Formats: sequence, structure tokens, C-alpha cells
Amino acid sequence: MCLAIPVQVTELLDGDMAKVSLDGVQKVISLALVEDVQVGDYVILHVGYALNKLDPEEAQKTLELLAQAGVGAPS
Amino acid sequence: MKYVDEYRDGKLARQIAATITAEARDNRDYRFMEFCGGHTHAIARYGLEDLLPNNVRMIHGPGCPVCVLPVGRMDDAIKLAQRPDVTLCTYADLMRVPGSQGLSLIKAKAAGADIRMVYSTLDALRIAQEEPDRKVVFFAIGFETTTPPTALAIVQAQKLGLKNFFVFCNHVLTPAAIQNILESPDVRDLGLVRIDGFIGPAHVSTVIGTRPYDFFAEEFQKPVVVAGFEPLDVMQAILMLVRQVNDGRCEVENEYSRAVTPDGNLKAQDLVSSIFELRDMFEWRGLGDVPYSALKLRDAYAAFDAEKVFDITTQPAQDNPACECGAILRGVKKTTDCKLFGTVCTPETPMGSCMVSSEGSCAAHWTYGRFRDATEKQAS
Ligand code: SF4
Ligand code: SF4
Repeated sequence: MCLAIPVQVTELLDGDMAKVSLDGVQKVISLALVEDVQVGDYVILHVGYALNKLDPEEAQKTLELLAQAGVGAPS
Repeated sequence: MKYVDEYRDGKLARQIAATITAEARDNRDYRFMEFCGGHTHAIARYGLEDLLPNNVRMIHGPGCPVCVLPVGRMDDAIKLAQRPDVTLCTYADLMRVPGSQGLSLIKAKAAGADIRMVYSTLDALRIAQEEPDRKVVFFAIGFETTTPPTALAIVQAQKLGLKNFFVFCNHVLTPAAIQNILESPDVRDLGLVRIDGFIGPAHVSTVIGTRPYDFFAEEFQKPVVVAGFEPLDVMQAILMLVRQVNDGRCEVENEYSRAVTPDGNLKAQDLVSSIFELRDMFEWRGLGDVPYSALKLRDAYAAFDAEKVFDITTQPAQDNPACECGAILRGVKKTTDCKLFGTVCTPETPMGSCMVSSEGSCAAHWTYGRFRDATEKQAS
């Protein structure tokens, strides 16, 4: 039900709409629920609407935490 | 796919599991509830439970709006769809959900009702524009994630001056349900489920933020970790919960910071509160009546409210008595405790809603868990 996926904005369109690419497939979605989205940004797409922008710095931090969590294990 | 693949690394998942095993204390067990169906799905699909040590157990929560929609509301939707003047637009997930008397939207459609599956509220709006003679009703369900798109559709319909677009609103609120699980007297009847912490919803939290969970962490002294839906997100959240329990902390932590902030999406929240208001009471399948747990349209938008326009009064209706969805949604029973599982009840012929949505416990177990049961049986 709440399937939502990260997609990259490739073009801004009129009326708060945007083109996004999803694994190479183009789709038109609504940006009416988010602010300041630029071409190149990743957004979380849910039932045709961008719910939020993805924060690349936070994503990087999380990846580092994951790597650390994996190292903590005695092997 | 960026932001997806890097969170699915199987080797790293096993390494994090090893850290969990090392840090989980031998002299106790840990029971965590993942509230969300999205997490249930990830746990089943990637076999994460097999990676965890025996003293760390996951309890599947009620977190899928399809699973918790009461039969009575399903009956209302089917009745609406059967009206000759109505076109009912619905998300595909709802087509197979059984109403009472074995009816479902898919069967009603086969019998001639005008039911259209839509991907987005945008599609429903387009249908209303293209077919002005039809009364187009959008069957709105979902948690906080799915509510802003519905709100926006109503704003849009008003702007376009549409007189034939209506919303049958079944939007529900996550925090109210978590609270209900923690304190409902009903749960005591079923046998108390001890829960040591929660994995908080991913996409619900993109909208509401992490603040609403502060209350639980404090009031109920339970740690909460908001986590993304990829397997590494879930493993990391479990590790964070184990650490909180070990340290005696009850905090709200955010594993999914790439998409979730403390405040959430304020624009979406403002929009939702301008269109909707709280219902005093709403029935959840499995949880019963939960106060202040659902939304309805404000009076100013009564002209778009299918409940008012079509005079809907929901009749109480019973689930199949052998279906254990209720206890499963509360985490008191497991899918395999249900006698109907896999025999009478399958995704093709679901008896209860938990078998319908791919995020439902029964459907997830049917799709991904059966082989594990079989190997466990052979091994023992
Ligand atoms: S985010 Fe919401 S809709 Fe999605 S699985 Fe969780 S509870 Fe269900
Ligand atoms: S297996 Fe079917 S009947 Fe049993 S609890 Fe799940 S949905 Fe209900």
C-alpha cells in the first residue's frame, strides 16, 4: 500500500509537475507536496506524488553507520 | 537503483546480524514490533528473521491500511460501487479484500459495477473531468503517507469546479494505533504481548516526522527507531533497538534520516489539517474502536464527502470467525496459528485482509515464509 521509491527528477514541468526517471523509465509526477525541488534531486515517490526530498548527505552518513555496524562483529 | 541497491547488500546484512548476536545479552530475550507492513514485507522477503539470533524476535504489527480496514467500510464501498450512477476509483490493493457475504470489489466489478483501479488520485480526477455524467467516488484509504495526495485531490477538484468528484474517506492515524496496542484492555484478553521496542514507520514518518513518537518513548518507556524499508535499514534498526535496551534508554532514534526529519513534511501536514479533521472514533480491523484514530472531511468540504452526499451509515459486520487476523494484527498470534492459512485462505481466495495486501502478515508469509516452515520441520 505504502510503496514509495526514490526517483530522480529530470525535468520540471508546469503546474507543479515533473518528469522523473525510474530505472530508465520516464514518468510524470506531482511536486505539489514538496518545496524547492531541482533537476537532479531525488524524491520519494508515492502514488504519483513526491513526498519528500532525499538528503544525499544523510544517506552517506547512514551508509557509513551501516559499514561500522558490520565491522563491529567479531569474525 | 540509487538509494536502494546499496541498502540491500547481503554480506553486510550478515555482518550486522553478527554484531546483533554479539551484543544481544544471552540472559534475556528481545521482542520488537515492526509496526509497518513495509517492514514486515522486507523481513519476510529477505529472510531477515533467519539472520537474527534466537533471543531477538520480531512481532508483526498492524501497519497496513488495507489490513486494518473494517469489513463494514468495505461493504460501504461495494454498495457505493453498485449504484448505477457511481464510478468507484480505488487503489488496486483493495480489489480482493473480502467484505461480508464473500463479496469483494473484484466480484462486484465482474457483476457489472463500474470500478476502476487507479494508481493515483490524479487518475481519479482525470476520470471525473472526462466523464462529467458519472459520479466519481475515490475510495480513499491509507495512513499519513497517503492522506496528503487525497487532500490535494480535493483542493484540485475545488479549483476545477468539479461537481462529480467525491471522496470516501478512510484515512487513519498511526500514533493512535500504536498507543492502542500498548494500552488496550482487549489486548489483555488476548494475552499480553510484551514488546521491548518499536521499529517506526518509514514513509508515514516522511510526512509526520519523528516527533509524534516522543510521546510513546516517554509515556510507555519503549524505544522507537524509525527505519527505512530496505533490509539493511531494518537490520540497523534492530541493532539500535538492542543497544537502547542494553543501555536502558527509551529514545526516539532515526535510522532513516535520508528521508525523515524531526518535523516531517510541514507543507503536507498543513494541507491535511486544512481539509480533514479527527473522527471521535473509528473501527480498525483487529483493534476494534480506536478513539481519535481517523480523519474525516471538514464541513467546508461536505460537497466532496461521499459519506454525506450518499448518506452512508456503516453497519457493523463480522469477519470470518475462523480468521485470526485480529490477533495477528496485534502481534498476539502468528500466521501459522490460523487453521485456514494456506488451505482455505490463500492470496487467490483470501478469507481475511491480512492475506490480501502484499504487506499483510499472512500474504508475506505465504509468499516468502512457507519454505522456511518446511525446512524447519525437516530439520526438527
Ligand atoms: S508506511 Fe504506512 S502504508 Fe506503508 S507499510 Fe507502513 S503502515 Fe503500511
Ligand atoms: S490466513 Fe487468512 S484466514 Fe487466517 S488469519 Fe490470515 S487472512 Fe485470516
